[in-house]
Amino acid sequence: MLDLIIKENRILSSQYHLLILTSNDKIPEILPGQFAEVRVDGSPTTFLRRPISIHYVDYETNELWLLIQIKGDGTKRLATMTAGESLNLLFPLGNNFNEPLNENANVLLVGGGCGVAPLLYLGSYLKKKGFQVNFLLGARTKADLIELCEYERFGNVYTTTEDGSHGERGFVTQHSVLNTPAFDNFYTCGPTPMMKAVAGHAFKTKANCEVSLENTMACGIGACLCCVTDTTEGHVCVCTEGPVFNITKLKWQI
Amino acid sequence: MANLNINIGKLQLKNPVMTASGTFGYGSEYSDFLDLSRIGGIIVKGTTIRARQGNPYPRMAETYSGMLNAVGLQNKGVDYFINHIYPTVKDIDTNIIVNVSGSTVEEYVETAERLNSLEKIPAIELNISCPNVKEGGMAFGTNCVSAAQVVKAVRRVYKNELIVKLSPNVTDISEIALAVEAEGADSVSLINTLLGMAINSEKRVPVLSTITGGLSGPAVKPIALRMVWQVAQAVKIPVIGLGGIMNAADAIEFMLAGATAIQIGTANFIDPTVTIKVIDGINEYLDRHNFESVNDIIGALEI
Repeated sequence: MLDLIIKENRILSSQYHLLILTSNDKIPEILPGQFAEVRVDGSPTTFLRRPISIHYVDYETNELWLLIQIKGDGTKRLATMTAGESLNLLFPLGNNFNEPLNENANVLLVGGGCGVAPLLYLGSYLKKKGFQVNFLLGARTKADLIELCEYERFGNVYTTTEDGSHGERGFVTQHSVLNTPAFDNFYTCGPTPMMKAVAGHAFKTKANCEVSLENTMACGIGACLCCVTDTTEGHVCVCTEGPVFNITKLKWQI
Repeated sequence: MANLNINIGKLQLKNPVMTASGTFGYGSEYSDFLDLSRIGGIIVKGTTIRARQGNPYPRMAETYSGMLNAVGLQNKGVDYFINHIYPTVKDIDTNIIVNVSGSTVEEYVETAERLNSLEKIPAIELNISCPNVKEGGMAFGTNCVSAAQVVKAVRRVYKNELIVKLSPNVTDISEIALAVEAEGADSVSLINTLLGMAINSEKRVPVLSTITGGLSGPAVKPIALRMVWQVAQAVKIPVIGLGGIMNAADAIEFMLAGATAIQIGTANFIDPTVTIKVIDGINEYLDRHNFESVNDIIGALEI
């Protein structure tokens, strides 16, 4: 548990804010896919911490980035925070995305909505490990496709929008990049129907696929057993056994 | 530094602060955040005779100043506890207490019997108040006859300290407390969660898979405090108070109302170190008011 200091609250769109946090202490080592439980002070209707993906970590500048989508009172309060305020985080929590076993693997990171959050850090991590990274990011409209230049630092970026205002029109799972070339490893986070469609494509093409689940949770450390998902090993906590799961573990009807 | 030691029957605690079942796992989940040996007692997750998968997701709904849960006693069963968890917790220098639940009287008895033999488990907390299981649980704790029946049967086989956890979902909680006291309960703990409900109006569906669930957190504290006060007036055995305790002031209120010890539950989810802050806060309060011992504030409410 650490109090981090807000260095910048960058408004990305009407819905999305980027909170850049720093600390007098060194930010601990974080693996891609891990998350933080963020305490929200100053919102009377917000009782529990909010589980939020680690969006990006810059160890050189000692920065930790959180991508905030305004959904309810808690995230609305987070979006009003200003530089210099402190934010209490339990982190890093949960497991992580696994790098491909095959060093020449062709990887695709598929994100939709706020689910893009953990993929930026994953992309930077995989690039550092020498992988050729590809991002496929989906949104409703061009305005919801945020920070594309950040993703471009680490790989090729493909996009879809539902209204066709940026990239290909439609859903990420309809993008032509999925047809060629064949990808060996998929990593995905976003709305469940999108992740299931990506998982279906991975199954069909016999590719490896890891998904990051966003179940509602209370404690974030495996004590309350509220965030469970049904797996081949029964109910397991998304906060400690996940949030990243290989699709072969999940009881998804794909 | 005031004396924080308290006794609950034969059970000796280094301070009156315990963790509530189902909110603190088996302790190890919190060991990165605090020194477990500083806590007065750890009540581990509800344990049943056989493994239970619990209820389907979603099991939790945040509410104003609280939360609803419908976990449904997910646990790996008493034998798993004895063989795999007990060896890892038995040497923690605190009281490790097992919360016991069941669907039938026989299941409660059998589970309690197996825990009897564990040297480092000085007490069990009999859960006759879980609102999230179809059979048993709260059904036992909401009328005097069945509450008495299960306590009587467990008392016959269980030799150590027997705590009975009471449900607030009753007309008169004192009656139930008296009934379990009469059958040999060594102490009572209260309250378990209040039956509640949450609805997603946009989708016109219940938030929880089970439709209803148990409400906890500061939203229930005034009710818990009232019930602890009522029960403490009614029974002679020690009362352990819980329900929405977030800080030392809350804990002290429960003790003034008559609780010998308190449990912290939902607050652990927001601040995993809250138990230590409450222990330190109680000590600070005692010093500030010139009390030598925490026993001096039990039931010290001036009316």
